[in-house]
Amino acid sequence: MPIQVLMPALSPTMTEGKLAKWLKSEGDDVTAGDVLAEIETDKATMEIEAVDEGRLGRILVAEGSEGVAVNTPIAVLLQDGENAADIGDAPPPPKAAKAAPAEAKPESPGNGAGNGAAKPAPQPVVAAPQAEKEWSGATKTQTVREALRDAMAEEMRRDESVFLMGEEVAEYQGAYKISQGLLDEFGARRVVDTPITEHGFAGLGVGAAFMGLRPIVEFMTFNFAMQAMDQIVNSASKTLYMSGGQMGCPIVFRGPNGAAARVGAQHSQCYASWYAHCPGLKVVSPWSAADAKGLLKSAIRDPNPVIFLENEILYGHSSEVPDDPDWIVPIGKAKIVRPGGDVTLIAHSIMVGKALEAAETLAGEGIDAEVIDLRTIRPLDIETIVASVKKTNRVVSCEEGWPFAGVGSEIAAQVMEKAFDWLDAPVARVCAEDVPLPYAANLEALALPQAANIVAAAKSICYAD
Amino acid sequence: MHPSPEKQRDMLRQMQTIRRFEERASADFRSGAIYGVVHSYIGEEAVAVGVCAALNREDQIISTHRGHGHCIAKGADLNRMMAELYGREAGYCKGKGGSMHIADFGIGMLGANGIVAGGIPIVTGAGLAAQLEGKGRVAVSFFGDGASNAGPFHESINIAGAWKLPMLYVCENNMYAVQTPAAKSLAFKDVAARAAGYGIPGVIVDGNDVLAVYEAAVEAVARARAGDGPTLIECKTYRWRAHTERPAQPDYRPPEEIEAWKKKDPIPRLVRHLKQQQGQFSDEEWQELDKQVLKALEDSVTFAKASPFPATDAALEDVYAD
Repeated sequence: MPIQVLMPALSPTMTEGKLAKWLKSEGDDVTAGDVLAEIETDKATMEIEAVDEGRLGRILVAEGSEGVAVNTPIAVLLQDGENAADIGDAPPPPKAAKAAPAEAKPESPGNGAGNGAAKPAPQPVVAAPQAEKEWSGATKTQTVREALRDAMAEEMRRDESVFLMGEEVAEYQGAYKISQGLLDEFGARRVVDTPITEHGFAGLGVGAAFMGLRPIVEFMTFNFAMQAMDQIVNSASKTLYMSGGQMGCPIVFRGPNGAAARVGAQHSQCYASWYAHCPGLKVVSPWSAADAKGLLKSAIRDPNPVIFLENEILYGHSSEVPDDPDWIVPIGKAKIVRPGGDVTLIAHSIMVGKALEAAETLAGEGIDAEVIDLRTIRPLDIETIVASVKKTNRVVSCEEGWPFAGVGSEIAAQVMEKAFDWLDAPVARVCAEDVPLPYAANLEALALPQAANIVAAAKSICYAD
Repeated sequence: MHPSPEKQRDMLRQMQTIRRFEERASADFRSGAIYGVVHSYIGEEAVAVGVCAALNREDQIISTHRGHGHCIAKGADLNRMMAELYGREAGYCKGKGGSMHIADFGIGMLGANGIVAGGIPIVTGAGLAAQLEGKGRVAVSFFGDGASNAGPFHESINIAGAWKLPMLYVCENNMYAVQTPAAKSLAFKDVAARAAGYGIPGVIVDGNDVLAVYEAAVEAVARARAGDGPTLIECKTYRWRAHTERPAQPDYRPPEEIEAWKKKDPIPRLVRHLKQQQGQFSDEEWQELDKQVLKALEDSVTFAKASPFPATDAALEDVYAD
């Protein structure tokens, strides 16, 4: 009875691929282990080996065919005494030959004869995508903490290769209780407690990502990730480029970033501009619970290393979150959270709340502020910023990081380059004071940017003070 | 148990290929055809070849700044390696990586790494992936005595020991971290002794005896595949050349020490073994093997020179995956 050869899956997440090349022709004899064909996905090329012996009776899917779904019959093997007539026009009987994915190999030119169908050249800067779909369905009120947990749980259900590792993430359910319930649901293989060795376990995550897994590495705070900087920058962000496109690093590094409350200089730093400096990294820093969830889901699905900067103070804040496991927020798209016409306030993470507070105060003084939540720092959604500048002609950037080469410096430079003629005043920057964060409550409040600083900056460039 | 005579000949061919590759890379570096920096592996060939001979294609390795030998031993293509050193489009990394970043994920070579000890956690992550996958794959970290002083070594080997990851940590102890003698940085003689602190076996091997390296690796691989965790293998060896091929780089190592180690050359040692123990390897065969290796090297240079420099557009490609 003729045997079907099916399109195999290279990974648990693969749903379709391209049948790049047939290495056997109709009529060829096939023995177990012979390479029948090569298939390609966006990540890799693999060979299909014959498991059964026979003669290649008919090729059902021509080489060059794209989007061939996993388990589609791609050929029919004839056994002794059978001929092409036995195949018939009807679909062959369901006895399926197992087609073993022989050897996953990253796509690269010359890696094997002639398999390197050129993939489209990626752009160095990823174009800002469309905003997420407007949500009109049901929502539920969630804290940022719960939203982050749900994002991870949903993605771990969706994709077997996603796993979480970090200090205290399993038994203790996260130092900030972000991973509540995950150990119970997914077990110790996928929710992994590590020693307090950031360089080591961040590097393990990078290596696991090179092998096709999708690690989420939690840093107890990003202050400790400086120990892991070599792995994040030298390996995670550069390997795709250094290896000539052979293999990227689909990994999420996440944890709280920036100041919390009275924990001193070594536990209070904002790293947004540090990571955003590096090509190869994406940097996300949400404010609302909905964005925390939708963006973390995008980050986990992203084929690149994503730095996901959370905020300890925001963990307990609640807002409405779309009640749908398929709802995501694209990386690289800012959001106007308050429209206005007189001045643009640009912020991310906890500073969005302070910018909104400032906008209320300004409204009382007759200044109509627009507030943009960047949500993603890199790639920066400069289009949304420029569109706003063309409307308001004035910009205040608000961040918790230091001023020198900060996110605001980049915004100021790009606004100057792309919207110079629309500016009615210099870009103003509201940042942390240029000092390590002091401990005493009164000094800490002075050193961190507050709504009042934003109000003052906005009035200054509106020439209203 | 020694490998078969055929396998020994393959190992000899690989060691000689590494030797000739490094000779050629050094010469072309000095002539200006290859740029940047080249770290020669000459003298240490038995380590890469002995270990990789105990591996399957599906097993993963990671290398160091001194990485050409590991690539060749894992089965990398000479043409694409040479083209990469020449900075050409046909190179493994499209000419964008260079000597210290050659990678071939298809053969389980996760890359050289220009940061001392930087690769050790990464390949330990490959070991974690192998453990999760459960198909008996192993992962191997090559590094030097200098890297064994660095934090990532200790962090990784600690995790691997605690989690029983299927790992080999292969220390190439060539007695110097750049110019600093190991004795100045370690309070004891043997890097292998560090294994005890992590609850794993530490083995000392003559790193210039490819068969001894092979046998130690076979044993460690079997442990790893059986789920019994990592092994630290310290291979005592020596690099013949200075830290890099850059000119005017003083080499303060005693000349008599260098000469003494050259007398322990791992390649003639295997040739002698093949002749004596197998009695089937003639001078003519050895000369023929070397001739073939030289021809392959010459071909690789021809291939490299025939490949264009990367198109200018390539500078902006492969920063992000789609």
